[in-house]
Parts: sequence; structure tokens; C-alpha cells
Amino acid sequence: MMQLLQYLGRTTRASFTKLGRGTFFLLHTLAGLGSILPRPRLILNQMYSVGVLSFLIITISGLFVGMVLGLQGYYILSDFGAEETLGVMVAASLVRELGPVVTALLFAGRAGSALTAEIGLMKATEQLSGMEMMAVDPIKRIISPRFLAGFLSMPLLAALFSMIGILGGLMVGVGLLGVDEGAYWSQMQASMDFHDDIVNGVIKSIVFGFVATWIALFEGYDTIPTSEGVSRATTRTVVNSAFSILGLDFILTALMFGDN
Amino acid sequence: MDNSVSSQNSLVSVHNLSFSRGNKKIFDDISLEFERGKITAIMGPSGTGKTTLLKLIGGQLFPSQGSVTVDGQNVHRLRRSELYNLRKRMGMLFQSGALLTDMNVYDNVAFPLREHTHLPESMIRTLVLMKLQAVGLRGARNMMPNELSGGMARRIALARAIALDPMMIMYDEPFTGQDPISMGALVHLIKSLNNTLGLTSIIVSHDVHETAAIADYIYVLSEGKIIGEGTPKEIQQSKSEWVQQFMTGAADGPVHFHYPATDYVDDLLLSKKRSGRVSKRYGQL
Amino acid sequence: MQHTSTQDTLVGLFVASGIVGLLFLALQVSNLSSFIKEDTYTVTARFENSGGLKVKSAVSAAGVKIGQVSAINFDPTTYESVVEMHINAKYTTIPDDTSASIFTAGLLGEQYVNLVPGGSEDYLKNGSAIEITQSAIILEKVIGQFLFKSAEEKAETKK
Repeated sequence: MMQLLQYLGRTTRASFTKLGRGTFFLLHTLAGLGSILPRPRLILNQMYSVGVLSFLIITISGLFVGMVLGLQGYYILSDFGAEETLGVMVAASLVRELGPVVTALLFAGRAGSALTAEIGLMKATEQLSGMEMMAVDPIKRIISPRFLAGFLSMPLLAALFSMIGILGGLMVGVGLLGVDEGAYWSQMQASMDFHDDIVNGVIKSIVFGFVATWIALFEGYDTIPTSEGVSRATTRTVVNSAFSILGLDFILTALMFGDN
Repeated sequence: MDNSVSSQNSLVSVHNLSFSRGNKKIFDDISLEFERGKITAIMGPSGTGKTTLLKLIGGQLFPSQGSVTVDGQNVHRLRRSELYNLRKRMGMLFQSGALLTDMNVYDNVAFPLREHTHLPESMIRTLVLMKLQAVGLRGARNMMPNELSGGMARRIALARAIALDPMMIMYDEPFTGQDPISMGALVHLIKSLNNTLGLTSIIVSHDVHETAAIADYIYVLSEGKIIGEGTPKEIQQSKSEWVQQFMTGAADGPVHFHYPATDYVDDLLLSKKRSGRVSKRYGQL
Repeated sequence: MQHTSTQDTLVGLFVASGIVGLLFLALQVSNLSSFIKEDTYTVTARFENSGGLKVKSAVSAAGVKIGQVSAINFDPTTYESVVEMHINAKYTTIPDDTSASIFTAGLLGEQYVNLVPGGSEDYLKNGSAIEITQSAIILEKVIGQFLFKSAEEKAETKK
């Protein structure tokens, strides 16, 4: 019993100090953005590894998720004779929930883990230390551009995911199952609201991008500089990002769609 | 220890420095002087915190007591921007080279120039090629760090360390794990760079012969204390048993072959009882 | 950093496609386009009961969307629901004796305002009111009436 309490206390203390370090790290990263903005080349290079390399997994997943939604939605809705509202169902689930959430989870798995491993290995091979000794702040030079790239890429990826998904739903619903194309679009347009649905969905994806990138970079920077440490940090990135994204999704959904 | 003799002409002085990690005392009240334009070596067995000493001098770690002065400035009292300005004049060569793996050799050497100066690209090119020529690797400029051998990576890192024409360079184990040829090349490089560029060099190493061949002054560290110092000749003739053991590489002596432990026989007899307990604890986990 | 120019192109493509995605969501998926592009004029109609009609519900004539509901208010003097609609400005020839009724798209679909043009020579303008209206069909009410009626019939046949 005492051991359990001790363990609990230790864990709590450890997680609080980690949270503190993470916050300082974030502030430092944000402070570094100022010196990075005049050097768009650094950001462009990171946009490539964070955004472009996630492009394929996001679009393909988006297509399949949309197709499945089209198929499932059709069978459920046709029981009520409401196939015409398929477009609404596909668009609403993608734009409000699946787009931001699934994209963020895939993003954490694809780009986040890569970022953690990259930074962790740079730490393990003394590259960060070396940079410090060259009077170059590694947080400004290495972390900040990656942070900005992740932060900018996520909403774009989420929008792409939703778009491809809606088109996938169209392919299945209209192409295979014979829902009227006009109804698919017009019902969707009639019930999707620009502010309530689209803007809120984009806000979600921005928040998720912020958090997922932050976690990935911090875990990398906070790695114990050994190969085991890096592998553990990579795992933690995926797990912690997934928890944070899903938890935040609940909170954001309650705040955004609560009063409807 | 007599520091006052050389302190007039020293670039780096370490005063009464203590540093501990956890409960382990890594340095216990040590003082060292590093003279301008000379090669000073810090020697000692692995695990004595020689790299830690370099990080303390570079301001990456903070001592629990004592001070480090570089070119008249107390490293640990400086503000961040001042420390960074000081570091621009300090080069450091890491054991692994610490080259940035996502850039080729050329960009690695150009990195400090691009970060700290606003020189035009043509001037940077000239400087980079000069530095690469100095380490004899101008032909390797388009290679990536993972294509380089360990010795080459270290030489590239050396070219990068001298890119900003620093006043001093710290070498962390420059000879470890090198074949005799690249070892010879490095020894030659360090010596010639020191002479031609008027650098102050600090070498941390446990390679006795190579270090003794080029160092002007040697400190021998063990268990957080300085146990010997002097010119290579003085060190080799030292009366201290410990220094003799280190220099000749005897397996046993004042530094025991065995890590401190309880009595061997007792330990073996205990093991039966204890192994039962250990496995039980793992079972709980 | 090698192949920088191809990388730049790919990054450019990525950003462009992301922006296309955002625009697609804004214009094609939500009804933002219908707001921005066209001019509209406003007409009102009074309903005894506007049911599940909402702001931004469609206003259509002959099955074509010609505008949308912009406000629904309760009139405390007449106890009616006042529905304000924006009609696309290009439809200038809707007669002023047009009737408005609230329909439901499908059994469970959205409710919308359906306009059935009359035969008048004068047309609806900004600020005019539609006089002839028919309220929403409240599904619960219809089912209730039906059940009540059939229960009555049963009771009568038993007698």
C-alpha cells in the first residue's frame, strides 16, 4: 500500500515536472519563430518532410473512409427512405469529426513519430549539443521550423482528407448505389453551415496539429539519448498524441456543438 | 598545485570546480589552467568525466561550485546572448563528429558561416573550400555524413569547428577508435592547426602515446581529482604509482581491475538465497 | 539538401491542394457560395406554425432552390410565426399572389418553404409579404389525429 502511494506520488511529480519542461520548451519554440520567419527555406524543407510525405497516406485513407461512410450510410439511411441525405451524413461526419481526428491520428503516426525519432537521434548523436557549441540555438534552428511546418500542414491535410472523403462517398453513393447526385450535393449544402461546421472543423484540425507537433518535438528533445530512449520516445509520441487528440476532440466538440 | 605561475597567460582557467551528478561527485575541487597558444591535454581513464569538463567549459553544464573563466569572462555568469557570442570563438570537436546528418559535407562546414555571418555565397564557398583543404578533404565536399569513415567525419567536424576562426578548440577523445593512419593524420592536423592558426587547444583523451606526442602540458585526472600534472616528460617520469599505471597500461595497480564489490566468496554463497527473492520481485512486475 | 527544386515544387503542390481542399469545403460543401455571390431581396410570410423550419432552410419553387430563410420570429400580437426569406435577385417575376407552404423533404428530411406562383401581374419586391400560406405539417399531429380517428372508428364499430 505504501509502495503504491509512493509510486503514485513519484509518477505525479514526474508528470508535473515533465509538463513544466514541456511548457518551457513550447515557449522557447514559439519565441524562436520570430527568427525563423525571415528564412522561409527552413520552413519549406520541413513542410516537405512533414506535409508532402504525409500526403499519400492522408489522401488514400480519406478516400477509403469516405467510401465506407458512403456504403454504411446508404444502408442505414435507405431503411428510413432518406438516401438523399447521404451527402449530409458523409460531409457532416467527415468535416466535424473524422477529418480532423483521423488526420491528426495518422499525422501523429506518420509525421509525429518521424519527428521524434529525428530529433531524438540528433540528440543521441550530439548534433544538438554540437549546434549549441557552435552558438546556434537548436530549439530555434531545428525545432521552431518543424513546429511551424506541422502547425501549417495539419489543417491543409485535414481539409484534403475531408474533401477526398466526400468525393469517395460520392463515388460509392452516386456511382455504385444510385443516389441522385444533385440531391447528394444540394442536401449537403443546405445543412452544412460554413461557420458551425467548416470553421469549427478547421479550428479542430489547427488545435490537433499544434498539440501533435508539440508532443512529437518535445518527446524527441526530451529523449534519453540512447537507441532505447529514442524508440521509447517514439512510442510515447504516438500514444500521447492519440490520447490528447481524442480527449481534446471531446472537449472541443462539447464546446462547439454543445448548444445545438 | 601552483596555478599562479601560468595564470597570467592562460586563456581558460578553472578554479576550485566541483560538479556532481546525482550523488556521484564527478569533480571535487579541481583547478586547471590552459595557456594561450599551447596544447593542453586532460587525461584519465574512461568515466572520469573528461567530456563533462569540456561541457562545463563550454557553458552547457553548470558547476555546483567554482568557476570557469574563458578569455577573462566567467562562463557561468554570462547572459545567454553573451555566452553565445563567446561560443562563436570556441570550437568543439565531438567524439562522434556531431555532423548534421541531413546536410552534405560542404553545407556542414558552411553551417556556422551561414548562421552567424551575412557573407555572400561566393565568399562562403571560398572559406569552406579553404577549411576543407586544411583538413585534406576538399574532394569529399559532396558526400553525406553517413558515407564518411569515422576519421573523415572527425576531420570534417574539425573543418567546421575552425570555420569561424575561433581562438580555441576543445577536442573530445579525438583519437578513439581510429586506425593508425587516420590517427596519424589527426595528430598531425591538431599540431599543425595549433601552430598555423595560433589556436589554444584542449585535448581530452586516454590515448597516452598520441597525446603525449603533441601536448605541451598534461593533467591526469582520476576520481574527480587531479593526480598528476606537468609536461609529457615530467608525467612519464612521475613518481606516482597511479600515473605510472595509467601511462604504462598495467591491468592492476592503484586502480583495481575489479569494480568495488562485496567479497567474492560471500557473494557466490549468497546468490542462491538471493536469486529466489529476485525472481519473486520480477514476478510481481 | 539535395533536389531542392523538386522539393519546392512538391511543397507548392501540397499547399495548393490543401487550399483547394479548404475552398472546396467552404464553397462546395457548405452554402457559403450562395451567400457571397448573389444579390437577394427580402420577402416575409406569416405562418400559423412554422414547425421545424430553421434559418438557412431552403426556399424553393417548382423544386428549384431560389433562396433561403433568413429569420424566423414570433409575432406576439397575432401569435404567428413570421418567416423572412432572401430570394435570389435574378428571380424578379414571382407574382405577388404566390402561396407559401412548408414542406418536408422525404419522410424525415429537412423542412423547406415551397412557393407556388399565382397568376397576378404584379411581382414580389423587396419587403413585400406573401399573404397565402399553409403551415408546416406536424408529423406528430398527423399521426395523433390518425390514431385518434381510428380509435374512434373502432369504438363505433364495437357499439
